[in-house]
Amino acid sequence: MQQAPLTPDLVPGGSERSDKLSPSIPTTVSALANLKYLIVGLVFGLVFVKAEIISWFRIQEMFRLDSFHMYGVIGSAILVGMASVYLIKRFDLKTMQGETVRIAPKSFTKGQVYGGLIFGLGWALTGACPGPLFAQIGSGYLVIGMTLLSAIAGTWLYGYFRNHLPH
Amino acid sequence: MSFLEFISQPWPWYVAGPLIGLTVPILLLIGNKSFGISSSLRHICAACLPANISFFHYNWKQEAWNLFFVVGVLIGGFIATRFLANLNPFQLAPATETALRSLGIQDFSGLMPADLFAVSNLFTLKGLFFFVIGGLMVGFGTRWAGGCTSGHAIMGLSNLQWPSLVATISFMAGGFAMTHLVLPFIFKLIN
Repeated sequence: MQQAPLTPDLVPGGSERSDKLSPSIPTTVSALANLKYLIVGLVFGLVFVKAEIISWFRIQEMFRLDSFHMYGVIGSAILVGMASVYLIKRFDLKTMQGETVRIAPKSFTKGQVYGGLIFGLGWALTGACPGPLFAQIGSGYLVIGMTLLSAIAGTWLYGYFRNHLPH
Repeated sequence: MSFLEFISQPWPWYVAGPLIGLTVPILLLIGNKSFGISSSLRHICAACLPANISFFHYNWKQEAWNLFFVVGVLIGGFIATRFLANLNPFQLAPATETALRSLGIQDFSGLMPADLFAVSNLFTLKGLFFFVIGGLMVGFGTRWAGGCTSGHAIMGLSNLQWPSLVATISFMAGGFAMTHLVLPFIFKLIN
């Protein structure tokens, strides 16, 4: 099997963290350790539904500039995220495991423009970015399972054509 | 007003936004993880159908936290809808409602327009555009861009990364183009 090199723009989410993963954690321990991410995700999904971010209508309001709601949500999320990252760096806060917090820089590729435009087109059509897709299915809109399958297929097609696309 | 009634109301942006923003430091501090959701789609490809594509040959199990996170999002969606659902009718900006009515949307009762997002539309032109083509664009575009609203707009901008600003502007430009230029044609085709 050919191993993909995990360069920054290739690593999932564009972050470089292959260097600090410990490969020898037993599966049961790591499954338990991963439960905390499920709980964070659960709260996140709850907020998505309660603030109606999963609504196709709210996304339409945003792109028609008819409501401040989505801009307020995304804008205040960014401000809180920015302040948090600043404080973590400023006071050199450690992780629960005692590690130094590391955030990989994002490197520029043309994909951020081309891919970004394509995602934007799809966002307004489906009314969902990847996060809300999962929350919509959980909310009982089972037909969104088809959208999720298509999004997985789209990701796969990107992998297939990757070497022929400008980056 | 009881506590349950209180949290059953739709949450305003100034509650939801900061809570979403807090995901950034929480993930960093509990496990040195950078917030990002679209990566989960790549891990699913790597786990289920890596084929002969080098992009999907990596140890996805080391990134399993991301899959736990999205399963959590799904469960959170279930709990919110099942137990904390808003009791009042969905409120939409009148201008958006007028615009969508003129395009042919009739049902404004739920979070999603029932005219489009119904199982009966799966194998119709509506399904082709709103589920299949839309989904393909979301998956293909986010991966090409190296992230979505969470990875770029929230995590990337929180870390002051200018490529994430480029990506976020492109997301918005694509969304405006679809809404104002393409959507009217699609609605003409499907109605």
